[in-house]
Amino acid sequence: MTALKIRGVTKSFGSLVANDNISLSLQKGEVLALLGENGAGKTTLMNILFGHYVADTGDIEVFGNPLPPGATDAAINAGVGMVHQHFTLADNLSVLENIILGTESLFAWKSNTDQARRKLQTLADDFGMQIEPDKWVGELSIGERQRVEIMKALYRDAKILILDEPTAVLTPQEVDHLFETLRSMVARGLSIIFISHKLHEILNISDRVNVLRRGKMVGEIETKKADRNRLAEMMVGREVKRPKVEHITAGAPVVELDNVVLPGAKGHRPVIDGLSLTIHQHEIIGLAGVAGNGQSALADLLSGLRTPASGTVGVAGDTLASFSPQAFINLGIGRIPEDRQEKGVVGDMTVWENLISENLRQAPLWRYRRLIDFHACRAFAKNLIEQFDVRCKSMEMPAKQLSGGNMQKLILARALQNNPRFILANQPVRGLDEGAIAAVHERLLVAKRNGAGILLVSEDLDELFALADRIAVIYHGKISQPISVNAVTVQDLGLMMAGDLAHGLTVQQGAAR
Amino acid sequence: MRLEPRESTSVWLVLAAPILAIGAALMLSSGLVLWTGESITAAYGALLKGAFGSRFAVAETLTRATPLMLTGLAAAVAFRAKFWNIGAEGQLYCGALAATYFGTGLITLHPLLMIPLLFVVGALAGGAALALPVYLKSKLKVDEVVTTLLLNFIILLFVNYLLEGPWRDPMSMGWPQAAPIIDEGVLPRIMAKSRLHLGLIIAVISAVLIWLTMRFTVWGYEIRAVGNNATAATFAGISVNGTVLRVALISGGLAGFAGVTEVAGLKGYLTLDLSPGFGYAGIAVAMLANLHPLGVIVSAIFLAGIYVGADSMSRAVNIPNYIADVLVAASVLCVLVSLMLTQYRVKWR
Repeated sequence: MTALKIRGVTKSFGSLVANDNISLSLQKGEVLALLGENGAGKTTLMNILFGHYVADTGDIEVFGNPLPPGATDAAINAGVGMVHQHFTLADNLSVLENIILGTESLFAWKSNTDQARRKLQTLADDFGMQIEPDKWVGELSIGERQRVEIMKALYRDAKILILDEPTAVLTPQEVDHLFETLRSMVARGLSIIFISHKLHEILNISDRVNVLRRGKMVGEIETKKADRNRLAEMMVGREVKRPKVEHITAGAPVVELDNVVLPGAKGHRPVIDGLSLTIHQHEIIGLAGVAGNGQSALADLLSGLRTPASGTVGVAGDTLASFSPQAFINLGIGRIPEDRQEKGVVGDMTVWENLISENLRQAPLWRYRRLIDFHACRAFAKNLIEQFDVRCKSMEMPAKQLSGGNMQKLILARALQNNPRFILANQPVRGLDEGAIAAVHERLLVAKRNGAGILLVSEDLDELFALADRIAVIYHGKISQPISVNAVTVQDLGLMMAGDLAHGLTVQQGAAR
Repeated sequence: MRLEPRESTSVWLVLAAPILAIGAALMLSSGLVLWTGESITAAYGALLKGAFGSRFAVAETLTRATPLMLTGLAAAVAFRAKFWNIGAEGQLYCGALAATYFGTGLITLHPLLMIPLLFVVGALAGGAALALPVYLKSKLKVDEVVTTLLLNFIILLFVNYLLEGPWRDPMSMGWPQAAPIIDEGVLPRIMAKSRLHLGLIIAVISAVLIWLTMRFTVWGYEIRAVGNNATAATFAGISVNGTVLRVALISGGLAGFAGVTEVAGLKGYLTLDLSPGFGYAGIAVAMLANLHPLGVIVSAIFLAGIYVGADSMSRAVNIPNYIADVLVAASVLCVLVSLMLTQYRVKWR
């Protein structure tokens, strides 16, 4: 029986065709993976399904009934539930309140919680999900919150569940737990669409894979017949080459953090809590951790945006006395921010103006200390654009019009142009397509070869294993000893990411023995 | 109805948009004109004639445009950096106070020195009026919209106190006005048999200098970067607080200039009705110009033309001159909509 049928959906925004004649069908009791790079059109398709966009052509059927276009509640009423990548829960309400939110009449005198509680308990028992209905959502871990999101969909009698990049915020162990839940749901006849770009997860959980590329459905394959390389090739459209990592003996320390503390918001524990870490020349240290454990604060510290409350930061042997972005730039620290749009570029200014932003306040880009030397600036920018292969129509176009990959190349060009001794790379490939990812990784490896020490912060363990020499784990603002990638496994990292930082020592001793 | 972003905007559209917007504003306002029973052509004809129809009319319009250019620049510079200075009215009076303090006999210099002195002290006083809001914004994150707006009333009441009390001119027969600016400090007329004075030239030069600064200097670059994306500017090593302070001093200084031109150029002495809301009108001027310093020159003349023309129209046909406020408000709204339409196109469905 067909649960969901999408036929010939096309949607264009101006000249961009986000969805080009896409058709897919989902059977009852199967997990269909929707695989595609960022910008392949996955999100647009889901927005059409839920009536946020109206498709130019095409139609959608749920259990044989056509779905009216543009009606936001039609899909939900027909039994389609969505678990968003960014949760849509209210922190200051209980689990139960979050789940019944919006299901009751606005004119009811009081909410009928007893009945809701019974229904919730039945669902929890059915699917083997532990749930505490009276706990505040604000107190829950990320994994538990996701369970509440799934429960919310099930409570609304969803027969089809769509999960958008559900594993991005989970530890490996939490991912296993999620997959168990999904399997038990499928066993009870639910259908699932699993949206992801992580190949090993898709191979693990799905029955069938549909691959989207640049708005087109480029292929469908049964998971049994697929393997990693085949899927990657379908997704990207050509063979994917992984950059070669050479292991070079690390040199002198470039950055030394000693017992650094950064206070948190009032009444909260410090975001960085006595963290010590040394990064040497010619090495990439990968920083793993579940989002929100102090990565952003550490990145802010190493960008010069925050001053530690105690502890010391040494750069190339000198202990820093003052902290400012300008001071860090002058020290030869290249910084790649987490959020390109927010921190990386000034969107309304031109490409060349963004390329010079860190170097403008020094010769030879200015004259008489006050005037911009346009000629020198444009030459400077032109050189970087060529060297780093930033593709833009003209360097006079606003930076916000660049694609994600080219915007990241612009930021890389600016951060790396001076052969920095240390590079902070915070999620440098998030949201990029495979081609751009390879280009960014290649640049980082070249910088490492040239002697830079690099701290690579990433939520993607695959990326860390592919690039890093050693991996450290951050949890609640504390950091583990960095462990060689050859000695550590994903399971080890999972335990450490869940809080057992001491596990790293065991691993290291085991490797030494 | 949906808005979809345009990938590119043609130059013609950018130039035509404000003209079409003002046409639309005139059409919208014509409803009110019809209501009074007068003919639209007669009313708008009288308005146009009153604003630009004679040498005298043009001189009056330009005289009125002078302070509007300066307060318009004050708003344009500040808004570019997303510093929402709503206090140009108060800063204008601070400039006027300083000019009165130094220009009514405290110092007597040759006009070549006296006039620049008045502008310098006026600008310093205008900038100083923003010191407190900037301090509160950068140290305590207090919203400058509130502080600058409320300071207007404090400053105006202070002026009121001075004019009723210690600064009242004994020769004024009891009117609340200060002593006249000494002859050396009065701005010379630049057109015979009119009230048009040196202030206009100062205002136009200011606009050109501000444009050059925004376009060609490191400061201008930093102001634009902070205004567009303060987080990214900070990350790239630009001091946001320093830039905001600089912008505030320039903005307050320009508004202070406007106070000097009115006291030393037009009226000759400080009164409480020195400014009929030039500080607030400056916001409309800046908005009409899309915050472009050179555009401010044009939009200030446009606004002044409507006010002067409406006065003259109210004498010629039976329409109150309050129609000017309606026209200005409608123009600002229409121009804002037209600016959005240069960025987006409307899709029906």
